Amino acid sequence: MHELGLMSGVADTVVESARQAGAERVISVHLRIGDMAEVMDEALQFAWEVLRDEDPLTKDAELEVDYVHPRSLCVSCGNEFEHDRFHLRCPACGSAETMLLSGRELDIVGIDIETPDDAPN
Amino acid sequence: MAEKTVSIETSMLSRNERLATELRERFRAHQVYVVNVLSSPGSGKTSTILATNERLRDRYRCAVIEGDIASDVDAVTMKEAGLPAVQINTGGLCHLEGNMISQAVDALDAGVGLDAIDVIFIENVGNLVCPVDFDLGENLAIMILSVPEGDDKPVKYPGIFQHAGALLLNKVDVAPAFDFDMSAYNAVLDDLNPTAPRFSVSATKGDGMDAWCAWLSEQIEAARA
Repeated sequence: MHELGLMSGVADTVVESARQAGAERVISVHLRIGDMAEVMDEALQFAWEVLRDEDPLTKDAELEVDYVHPRSLCVSCGNEFEHDRFHLRCPACGSAETMLLSGRELDIVGIDIETPDDAPN
Repeated sequence: MAEKTVSIETSMLSRNERLATELRERFRAHQVYVVNVLSSPGSGKTSTILATNERLRDRYRCAVIEGDIASDVDAVTMKEAGLPAVQINTGGLCHLEGNMISQAVDALDAGVGLDAIDVIFIENVGNLVCPVDFDLGENLAIMILSVPEGDDKPVKYPGIFQHAGALLLNKVDVAPAFDFDMSAYNAVLDDLNPTAPRFSVSATKGDGMDAWCAWLSEQIEAARA
């Protein structure tokens, strides 16, 4: 249910943006999602397959997702490091004072669309 | 036919984030401190809120927003304890969202009035996954785990334990009856969320509640300064 809720917001934004850009159809939708957002790819794709049928503009649009690995910056020693979902301490100095730089993204990056040849740019 | 790329660059949750920003401004304008209470069903959200109110009520006027799939059982309990309470029924949705909180805050404002409230506890839907992504404009999100659920929950549900600004371990009074490995629990949290303070409590028996409430009072005062 979580993924369906997320994707219904995506579908609304995509249709609105496509319409503003004068699209005849949406070819693909690009998302950026951090590993720490706990989103399941299969559920996301399934939700999109259901929701894309709600508007003729999106009914053939593919969903493409870039998953982002978490990175943090250590406030104590300045070390920048990649990590998994469980280990947020600085591996260099052991400090707990770290700042997450990436890994929680839930972003709509953009869409590829098809427009009529005479559409304004 | 021509193909082109349209950049959008917005959050998938932009609508909720806009609402959360509005809520945060509204809470700040009325000097209301808001605590989003997260846990699985049955770990003691309601009894923890009641026991916290018992210790804070001489200093702060508390109110509650209750989120449940169905029923008004919790709101009735809160009102019986003298707390202004608004019930939200999500009808199946597994978390609370900003628009629901806006309506509940309107109801509190129309009732006792926001200026007569110092602290709002939002009792979220019992769920360890979905509520994490939905900012409700709160000052603090707390996670309550109860001893019978087991020490492995932070390993299984890292997101919510990482998200919380304070971690309460409830029902410590029954710990001897359960095989809860405190050092394993703490070891995972040391890596997962080393900065959030941890409190071992029994909401119904009172263990540890004074320490938790003293810390919470400090946070409320700091937000007002």
